[in-house]
Amino acid sequence: MSDAETLTTATEPTAPSSETAPAPRRGRRGEEIAKILFVVPAALTIIALFGYPVVKNLVMSFQNYTLRTFINGEAPWVGLQNYVAVVTDELFSKALVNTALFTIGSIVGQFVIGMLLALFFHKNFPLNGVLRALFLLPWLLPLIVGSAAWRAILEQDSGVLNVTLEKLGIIDAPIPWLTSPDVALIAIILVNIWLGIPFNLTLLYSGLQEIPDELYEAGSLDGATGWKAFWQITWPNLHAVVSVVIMLGVIYTLKVLDIILGLTQGGPANATQTINLMSYQRSFVEFKFGQGAALSNILILISLVFAIVYLRATRRQVDE
Amino acid sequence: MVTHQQRLAARQTRRGLRTGIAIVLLALMLFPVYWMLNISLQPSGGTLPSSFFPPSPSLSGYTTAIHDQGQNLITSLIIAIGTVVLTLLVAAPCAYALAQFRFRWITWALLAILISQMIPGIVIANALYTLYENIGLLNSIPGLIIANAAHAVPFGILIMRAFMLGVPTSIVEAARVDGAGLVRAFLSIVVPISRNSLITVGLFAFLFAWSDFIYALTLTTEGNITPVTLGIYTYLGAHISNWSAVMATAMLASIPAIILLVIAQKYIAAGATGGAVK
Repeated sequence: MSDAETLTTATEPTAPSSETAPAPRRGRRGEEIAKILFVVPAALTIIALFGYPVVKNLVMSFQNYTLRTFINGEAPWVGLQNYVAVVTDELFSKALVNTALFTIGSIVGQFVIGMLLALFFHKNFPLNGVLRALFLLPWLLPLIVGSAAWRAILEQDSGVLNVTLEKLGIIDAPIPWLTSPDVALIAIILVNIWLGIPFNLTLLYSGLQEIPDELYEAGSLDGATGWKAFWQITWPNLHAVVSVVIMLGVIYTLKVLDIILGLTQGGPANATQTINLMSYQRSFVEFKFGQGAALSNILILISLVFAIVYLRATRRQVDE
Repeated sequence: MVTHQQRLAARQTRRGLRTGIAIVLLALMLFPVYWMLNISLQPSGGTLPSSFFPPSPSLSGYTTAIHDQGQNLITSLIIAIGTVVLTLLVAAPCAYALAQFRFRWITWALLAILISQMIPGIVIANALYTLYENIGLLNSIPGLIIANAAHAVPFGILIMRAFMLGVPTSIVEAARVDGAGLVRAFLSIVVPISRNSLITVGLFAFLFAWSDFIYALTLTTEGNITPVTLGIYTYLGAHISNWSAVMATAMLASIPAIILLVIAQKYIAAGATGGAVK
């Protein structure tokens, strides 16, 4: 990059007559190269760390890529065998249903609570800013730390949740939150909701701030106050932000791995198995990288559908 | 009849009440963090204490945590700092270029960056594992720094570009007229003006890398390099025999987030909203 700099500085006039003077012809070429050099490191990074993995996964998913591949370098082509193997695995449909339930449950919970909190904080009161900022903490913590905290809270025999519920007489016997196939999925959804609230609150709050007060003033003259004002003024004006929040939420939730590994490892009896976790296990526990890649490609496909919706929503927002 | 004073007083009470409600909601929200702190200060074995305050606070959990995981905390710190440096070096010039130079393919570049944020980490881990195996970056700190930069670079470009769009072209041009090259104008004018956005990106890059678990889990195989997230996972995986040490490690791993939230609140807020909407 320093070569490019000397090139441009050397060929540039030291005292041109006006600010808008075009660059002299000889410096033009070096200037263009310098401009490109600003982008090259980032372009290479994105190609190496996103482009390459996506292509590599696609290729691997059609190969019998296992631990043996690392030893003898052979990864024979197997066509669609990996896809057939994972889709026909009885675990697949369970993981797919769990992924859907986990995503829908998390998004609905995060969004509703985040929205109510955003509306609450949209009102004026002392310490509003500080208290709202502190709500961000769970989102900034490493996910595995959040999982550890919830492991302690949800622990069956001595965890504070069961102990408290028993003391209050709400339950007779401790609930095996993380060890019963009936409730484990609900438990991890609750934890994921907790993690997602700050993100929803922050974005929805900033969306609310952008709605001009005049709209509410005009609305109140027409008798639109309270919930009526929410549905007639807030909701339509928040539309773009809402789509962004929900789409990003879906995309992030589909990728969740940390908290499931930290809380249940996909168990008990695969009650919390998801597509993403299955992909991890195929690749890094069973070392069937081809099958892991096939699963992760299915996950990308699902994300892509939502990404398209998301991009449309943001584009509309930009246009507005 | 309600006087002006009474109405004012009523409003004051309502505002005070709202603050009270907000504090209760916040307490509920942060309860897991408090519980972590609470248990970390109570010596315990495999059974969790249920007292809401440590009856006689003890730091023995922290002693064990630092003994077991001190090295891992340092490993995480090195990886996080490395990621910050790499991210800023790579993303800042690109953000400036995308904000100020008139490239014809900018829309496509931005689209690629947006899409790249949606690629699941497991896809990257899958491919990088095989790549790293071949080029010897498996079980290495540089390997983890590069993998973590994967997530921080696109995010950084988006945040800094949004900010750099607002840098007036006239001051850069003025410097160019005085003979400064593109690189020098960037370093001596654009970077100082954009300081806040660089700090925001740096802080988030740090948090991304510090919190990383998936690359720590998949791109290390020999146990010689263990970021603290992986250390906590190992603690959690086995039968938990010392809850206070586990919670003490979790508290230690929370320190960066807590510090940043207290001293760098405005940057955090900027990153939280900027990354998604802009």
